[in-house]
Amino acid sequence: MPFGKVSTPVQWEEDGYTVTRTNSWSAPGDHPTGAGMKLYVKDGILEKVEGDPEHSILKGALPIRMLSLPEYVYNPDRVIYPMKRDPKKRGDNTAWERISWDEAYDMIVGKVKEYTEKFNSNSIITFVGTGREAGNWGPTISCRVFNSPNICYMQSGWSCYGPRMAVTSYVLGAPYPEVDYAAQFPDSYDDPRYTYPGCILLWGKEPLKSNPDGFWGHSLVDMMKKGTKFITVDPRLTFEAANSEFWLQPRPGTDTALAMAFLNVIINEELYDYDFVENWTFGFEEFTKRIQDMPPAKAAEICGVPEEKIIGAARFFAKSKPGAVQWGLAIDQNPNGVQLGECLIAIMAICGCIDVPGGNVMGAIDIGGLGSGYSDLDPQDKINEQIGVDEFPALVRTLQFTDPDSVLDQLESGAPFKLKMGFFTSANAIANPCNVPKRWENALNTLEFNVATDIFINPTISATCDLFLPVNTYAERDMYVATHYGAVGLWIGGIKKAITVGEAKSDVEILRTLGKKLRPELWQYDTDVEYINDQKLKTLGITMEELWEHGWWHVDYEYQKYAKGKLRADGLPGFMTPTGKIELYSTMIEAWGDDPMPYYKEPPTSPVSTPEYAAEYPLVLSTGARTWSYFHSEGRMVPKLREVEPNPLVDINPKDAKKYGIIDGDWVWLENSYGKCKMKASVQPGQKEGALAAQHGWWYPERDASAPELFGVYEVNVNNLTPYKTVGVLGFGAPYKCLMCKIYKA
Amino acid sequence: MSANALANQKYGLLIHYDFCTGCHSCEMACKKEYGLEQDQFGIKVAQYGPVQNSEKKWEFFYMPMLTDLCTLCAPRVAEGKLPTCVHHCQAKVMQYGTIDELAEQLKLTPKSALFAPKCNA
Ligand code: SF4
Ligand code: SF4
Ligand code: SF4
Repeated sequence: MPFGKVSTPVQWEEDGYTVTRTNSWSAPGDHPTGAGMKLYVKDGILEKVEGDPEHSILKGALPIRMLSLPEYVYNPDRVIYPMKRDPKKRGDNTAWERISWDEAYDMIVGKVKEYTEKFNSNSIITFVGTGREAGNWGPTISCRVFNSPNICYMQSGWSCYGPRMAVTSYVLGAPYPEVDYAAQFPDSYDDPRYTYPGCILLWGKEPLKSNPDGFWGHSLVDMMKKGTKFITVDPRLTFEAANSEFWLQPRPGTDTALAMAFLNVIINEELYDYDFVENWTFGFEEFTKRIQDMPPAKAAEICGVPEEKIIGAARFFAKSKPGAVQWGLAIDQNPNGVQLGECLIAIMAICGCIDVPGGNVMGAIDIGGLGSGYSDLDPQDKINEQIGVDEFPALVRTLQFTDPDSVLDQLESGAPFKLKMGFFTSANAIANPCNVPKRWENALNTLEFNVATDIFINPTISATCDLFLPVNTYAERDMYVATHYGAVGLWIGGIKKAITVGEAKSDVEILRTLGKKLRPELWQYDTDVEYINDQKLKTLGITMEELWEHGWWHVDYEYQKYAKGKLRADGLPGFMTPTGKIELYSTMIEAWGDDPMPYYKEPPTSPVSTPEYAAEYPLVLSTGARTWSYFHSEGRMVPKLREVEPNPLVDINPKDAKKYGIIDGDWVWLENSYGKCKMKASVQPGQKEGALAAQHGWWYPERDASAPELFGVYEVNVNNLTPYKTVGVLGFGAPYKCLMCKIYKA
Repeated sequence: MSANALANQKYGLLIHYDFCTGCHSCEMACKKEYGLEQDQFGIKVAQYGPVQNSEKKWEFFYMPMLTDLCTLCAPRVAEGKLPTCVHHCQAKVMQYGTIDELAEQLKLTPKSALFAPKCNA
């Protein structure tokens, strides 16, 4: 069994401290990076943390979000008791009163039973956020506890990870293929099976800051030191871009044209892997014809990237062995993103990157995947009743989530039936992912009963909730963490409880307790560990106790599984797609009603598609610029994190700044036809001319929590500028990274 | 290391800032370890650029600087641990050692700097 190599038990005494070895996840949120940490506790108080040098991936390093953990755990704003509020007082943050857990559970159980009997359990909707552990329990709480298929991630077009996961499931028949960072090997890069990538094509992503989906961003630097070259596609000059052989700076939202041009060069110059194309891809001939639509000169014109750079980068990538592609949120936040995803998988496939050492690895198995519960719907065919399934069947059926804009419609119209109860778990919707956030706030307030589980009162809770359940941090719970939420099976680590704070409980304990009261036949478990061992780890043949003892576990990894018959249920060689090949011509995308091959479409508003709109709102706006300090809408109340990044920033090119009379540090308004927000201008010579990059998720914990102020969320919320239901053909991808706006001094 | 050797040696940090990503982990680790106030740092990351040197090449890097508050983590080192900034550096660009050995290293690693903070005096 490839367990971790550790020299201590999970807990030990050291200099008057009880030290606990753990692997971080959430809360406080981060993606499931599983950073190895030692928690130092004295008299029941977490005094300090330290990176675990024995950890197989981070080897002692820690991002600042983990280093500042004690300030988060003991933050004076944290709420550590259940509280209720009269629904008539929503928006009044002084109206909360402390209650017991028993009373809180009784309230929820009473309401769930009432709504189930009087209406239908489908009238109970669970709202989840992203990245945090709780987000993954959404299907479990919704289906296995409330018996409702209505789970909602409130971001138009499900524009975070979902579109990429959908495309990979269609084209590749597998979850997201990750850059090989040796996470699967106990000896990390030293494993003889491992090879460093020759070149990484980094597309629309900033892994150093975001540790996306559990990939440890700084492993890119490990590779850089060993000679891995980079091609970065980003309108912003990131550290990664500055250290790349090629930095391509497209106009935001035009990436699909660029990717098609890459393929045009690689195919027409015959730089691809013939054997792989011949044996393992489907539709290469038609694909070759399609890709003729986008010669590099045309893409150069569309994207604002020099033609010779496109050609040079495409050649460089195709000739680097092994190559690997890292593709980010910019693929999701684009109505043309499904096509971009198709192109990027095609690049991986025809350049021979798929499942080779130093290429893009495919998880062999789903290790402890959290998102389950669907089979517990009673009756089973309730799954066909998810909101939005008629308008966006591909999105709803592929992701097994409601379509977010359709939920907004239903909340507003009450048709076809009225939703009654909302359960918010790690979902600070109006401060973070929601498009049209004010509309969402009003819509959420049509629900009769809203429950939130969280650490802090955030703007969404202050505005819309009646019951607050305090959640604990990863220092206070027993859990496990698997990179990529378990979908790309590489590594899984143990999370071990070191402290108790107030009456806060783990996400699992809350859903377990509610489950026991509502559907006892499914919830015989008395502890979180019992539940996890039985429901999540049993199929892997490991237990929580073993994870703690050995720190973590690596899958027994095999490359080129497709050649060995290890990907398909029938045991034949090939991929889990309808044709058994990687589908350059996608039969599934065609079946869902979109073009089976990539095409370029301008963003919904752009200087090209809507010149009149652009005359008033001339700048392209990308939202969601990442920071070191924060995980989405979290962390602004942590003093040492706020000191690093005190203000909400929008990056602007010096020429644009001059043109609009803005100097570095000015407060500015960004405005378009949907709304406006106020941020601080950061004049950046590396920012694409004509394009802005704004941070997301901001609110001011220091401001008044009650409505209408709501921590200043509407003043600073960049999503005031995002539209409603402006998505791709299959419903995926709203233009969060390719909006238009104007900028002026505040 | 013998007490004698310790007494005779000067120590410092070698920082291979070519690969410093500006992630602030060194700053945060130091601040947390020593309970430093806002605006107080044992180590602080400075930034150069981004500046375009040529059509193809942008220069953009970070460089952590040691301040007078840096003790070279004497208490930690005495316990056999690494300085906390070195320990937590995400890009693993920092090395702790004697000035002599680090100076040898310095010859081999361009875009590096050797710091001998005031506590060494
Ligand atoms: S796409 Fe980005 S924001 Fe969304 S879950 Fe993945 S890493 Fe997080
Ligand atoms: S050596 Fe210690 S005291 Fe000096 S900067 Fe690093 S962490 Fe701070
Ligand atoms: S921790 Fe390392 S990489 Fe991060 S800023 Fe400090 S020196 Fe640079």
